[in-house]
Amino acid sequence: MLMYLASLNPIALFRSCPGGIAQGLIWGIMALGVFITFRMLNFADLTVDGSFATGGAVCIMLLLQGWNPEIALFFSFLAGVACGLVTGIFHTVFGIPDILAGILTQISLWSINLVNILGKANQAINAGTMKLRITSNFIYMPRTILILFICCAVIVVIMYWYLGTEHGSALRATGINPQMTRAQGINTDVMKVVGLALSNGLVALSGGMLSQYQGFADINMGRGAIVIGLAAVIIGEVIGMSIFGKRMNFMLRLSFVVAGSIIYYLVYVLVLWLKFPADEMKLLTAIVVAIFLAVPYLKGKSANSFGALARRNAKLAKQKQNDGKEEGSC
Amino acid sequence: MLEIRDISKTFNAGTINEKKALDHVSLTLNDGDFCTVIGGNGAGKSTIMNAVAGVWPVDEGSILIGGKDVTGLCEYKRASFLGRVFQDPMIGTAADMQIVENLAMAARRGKKRTLRWGVTKQEYDRYRELLRTLDLGLEDRMTAKVGLLSGGQRQALTLLMATMQRPELLLLDEHTAALDPRTAAKVLEATDRIVSENKLTTMMVTHNMKDAIVHGNRLIMMSEGRKIFDVSGEEKKNLKVADLLRKFEEAGGANEISDRMVLDSQE
Ligand SMILES: Nc1ncnc2c1ncn2[C@@H]1O[C@H](COP(=O)(O)OP(=O)(O)OP(=O)(O)O)[C@@H](O)[C@H]1O
Ligand SMILES: [Mg+2]
Repeated sequence: MLMYLASLNPIALFRSCPGGIAQGLIWGIMALGVFITFRMLNFADLTVDGSFATGGAVCIMLLLQGWNPEIALFFSFLAGVACGLVTGIFHTVFGIPDILAGILTQISLWSINLVNILGKANQAINAGTMKLRITSNFIYMPRTILILFICCAVIVVIMYWYLGTEHGSALRATGINPQMTRAQGINTDVMKVVGLALSNGLVALSGGMLSQYQGFADINMGRGAIVIGLAAVIIGEVIGMSIFGKRMNFMLRLSFVVAGSIIYYLVYVLVLWLKFPADEMKLLTAIVVAIFLAVPYLKGKSANSFGALARRNAKLAKQKQNDGKEEGSC
Repeated sequence: MLEIRDISKTFNAGTINEKKALDHVSLTLNDGDFCTVIGGNGAGKSTIMNAVAGVWPVDEGSILIGGKDVTGLCEYKRASFLGRVFQDPMIGTAADMQIVENLAMAARRGKKRTLRWGVTKQEYDRYRELLRTLDLGLEDRMTAKVGLLSGGQRQALTLLMATMQRPELLLLDEHTAALDPRTAAKVLEATDRIVSENKLTTMMVTHNMKDAIVHGNRLIMMSEGRKIFDVSGEEKKNLKVADLLRKFEEAGGANEISDRMVLDSQE
């Protein structure tokens, strides 16, 4: 035990924090995409595991061909939009249930990423020779974090604006009550497709940024991305609610998605520093997400359960009995 | 205003669950008609409303609203002509959105959704006045989420949303059935007021025979997917609950009359 503690190096933890923040910001954009489908459209979209990797793959391949990094990211975004369109069409035109539609796209993307985009399991760039603005190079870390922070802020503002417009309101209504939305003359199928396209666009943009940051793209880089995105959304909500409670407005809700992602990655860094095996991180994340999803449900249930009612009544009855005794003894 | 020409609808055709829910029904409503619809459970009342609203396509026949043939238009496209209030108070509004946001969406029914802001400043004042007419205190809770409202408040709000952008036809499907009698009376009162103020052409399904007689200038009775009775004018005014009960029996549908209908009508 002592040897384990002695082996922990506080300076190493300190040095890996900026990397955690940078990755948290990158995945925060991904989480904002998940937020659109999961929270706004009420659509459990599993496309993201595929579209995240597609974003990374497209970006790296364009960089390898000498494209400008920012333009490469733009094409990552477009590729993600296309992925979302496919899932949307599976769901609305062919009537495939949401989860299955996402899985079908995700699986197809795995092959497409491997065969048609990357050509092999992974492709790396020589990050040192390229003028990348997003890089894990420790010297440029403050600049990378600043740029990523600005990107997140801009995306949050754009999302806040869009979801407040007539079009965005229609999208939100579609997720809440499609029947009512159609009665207001809104084509709910179109809204779902738009939401999926935007969501996967952001997810792929995030994948592109990660590939620039780490200097390579890998067909497995998106595996489990949905769980990380959900973790960020949920951690952000729980923390945001505990700080702001009822005063939590929509801008804060969006900001806390990014905050949730940063917190997730800082915890990740800490857990790794404690020498927790990295391979088990996905298991840990899944457990955290399951707990965070279960707690509000169980809380609501226990407040409304027959068992709790019986216990409350029993307690009241006992109290009455005790009160009666005291009176009697007087 | 509304012309239903010989429509039929069979659900689950060709299976053991086959159900002929509408059997060659025709109905013409004139401008400003307020038609009440009664009938036993499963008579096809909701089905005829859904057919007009375009929830699914009918098997045969055609539907015209304001002289325009809408038979081939899907639900969201017909919405520009229709205001609808449903039996379930949860269906007509978006629970997780504010009262103003719901109203703003209804104000844009049938219009293109642009990238302009969803609720403008001027709209707040307009909606406050509109909500005040309901007399439920909602004008002071405009930014509250609709999910926090009671069933009656939600129905009243849905009614407002259905009518604020004058619809060519207002469809009310047992919109007070889920409410307690006092709230139901209040919502019905608001319905009468809004319909007469705006001279709306209206179809109102109810299971309460007395309400069906008191409200509107036209009454139709449905049974087994067919229209079995259709009265208007003086004849409608002079109707008694007993007359309606007799009509039911004549149609051989005596056992269709639910206790609910008889009990509620006796109050
Ligand atoms: N979407 C549907 N799919 C299958 N069957 C349906 C559908 N909608 C209605 N039906 C059937 O059509 C028949 C008429 O139903 P409808 O809902 O119109 O009755 P109603 O007159 O509104 O009765 P209630 O007073 O119970 O609301 C019923 O037998 C019902 O089961
Ligand atoms: Mg019905």
